[in-house]
Amino acid sequence: MFKKDITPGAKSKVKSSTQRGIRAKVLEEYPLLEPHIEAILPKKEQLDVIKLPDRVALYTLGTTPLFFQHMDDAIMPHLTVVHRYPDAFHRLRIDRGAIRFVLSGASLMVPGLTSAGGRLPDDDEDEEERYGEDELEAGTVVVIEAEGKETACMVGVLKMGTAEMKKVKKGQACEAGHYLGDGLWGLSLG
Amino acid sequence: MASETNPKQVSYCGVCSLPPEYCEFGGTVKKCEDWLKEHQPALHKKLYSQETIEQNLSALSIDAQKRAEKDAQKKAAKAAASEAKEAETRATSKILIKRIERNKRKYVTAVQGLEAFGLDNKKVAKDFGKKFATGSSVTKVPGGGEEITVQGDLSDDICDYLVETYKDIPEDNVDCIEEKKKKPTPAIG
Repeated sequence: MFKKDITPGAKSKVKSSTQRGIRAKVLEEYPLLEPHIEAILPKKEQLDVIKLPDRVALYTLGTTPLFFQHMDDAIMPHLTVVHRYPDAFHRLRIDRGAIRFVLSGASLMVPGLTSAGGRLPDDDEDEEERYGEDELEAGTVVVIEAEGKETACMVGVLKMGTAEMKKVKKGQACEAGHYLGDGLWGLSLG
Repeated sequence: MASETNPKQVSYCGVCSLPPEYCEFGGTVKKCEDWLKEHQPALHKKLYSQETIEQNLSALSIDAQKRAEKDAQKKAAKAAASEAKEAETRATSKILIKRIERNKRKYVTAVQGLEAFGLDNKKVAKDFGKKFATGSSVTKVPGGGEEITVQGDLSDDICDYLVETYKDIPEDNVDCIEEKKKKPTPAIG
């Protein structure tokens, strides 16, 4: 979505009613953020919305980007938020070989998740149950972590349910949303 | 784990802005490593130790390793080339400060070529307006591109201000010229 460098458009303040709406939506989408919501989206602070190309809206608090949303699709967290609260999102892990492709903006393919280094929910090799037990449906917003790394490298929307991935083992897994080093990541909000 | 209330602190690389673990996938590995060594020695030790590197390599098949290496080299070369190019445009490009006669004794000053030095026309225009207490705006040039138009004859002041505030602009790269509204047509063809 943000493969090229992007130029931010107009910045405007968010109405307080809309702000409440965003807060509710974020909580609905990511219930695990509940304990942190006051730190991420304080009730009293004024949020800003920045228009980005392709009808994407980026919500920021001061100069920190928080969430972005394409039209009325699911609201997705910026990677800095993911890095701060990694436990609040659905997570998958890719193997080491796939990292360089993800970081150059390719859409994530299933083999990167099903191979030995990758992790899907309810994985036998996942001893700490870090990646959850429940299979995820297509359309879920997921955070992609990488083998041997602590921080996440991508946020995207699943194109295929995880149960199906385990069966088919090929095809696109996840639409490239926001990855480390893309235009959104490099965006400076001066 | 969800009960963990404190946000996790993540530091980012000062060179490529990624979390340091991902530096190896950018094009500027060497620089990132040096930066990390200087600023966060503990993390540097962890990430660039012999052990970790070996472990990283063993996770891939030899074939994939080769491909990854080739890719990394290409990326590094690309990054280096783009940096060199930028440095060159910086060295060669000029900032033009034009004094344009608007109406006998009244002038506007146009400034062109700030983009090459990584400046944002809109922001600089605002600064000019504040600094010189005049109207200052970004206007489109017919030939494409933008310039800053400042009301009043300020060519010398702007020249000084630019060189003083933005340290990466060499003084030699700033040119002041005067432009008459109607150029006298040369008699000899």
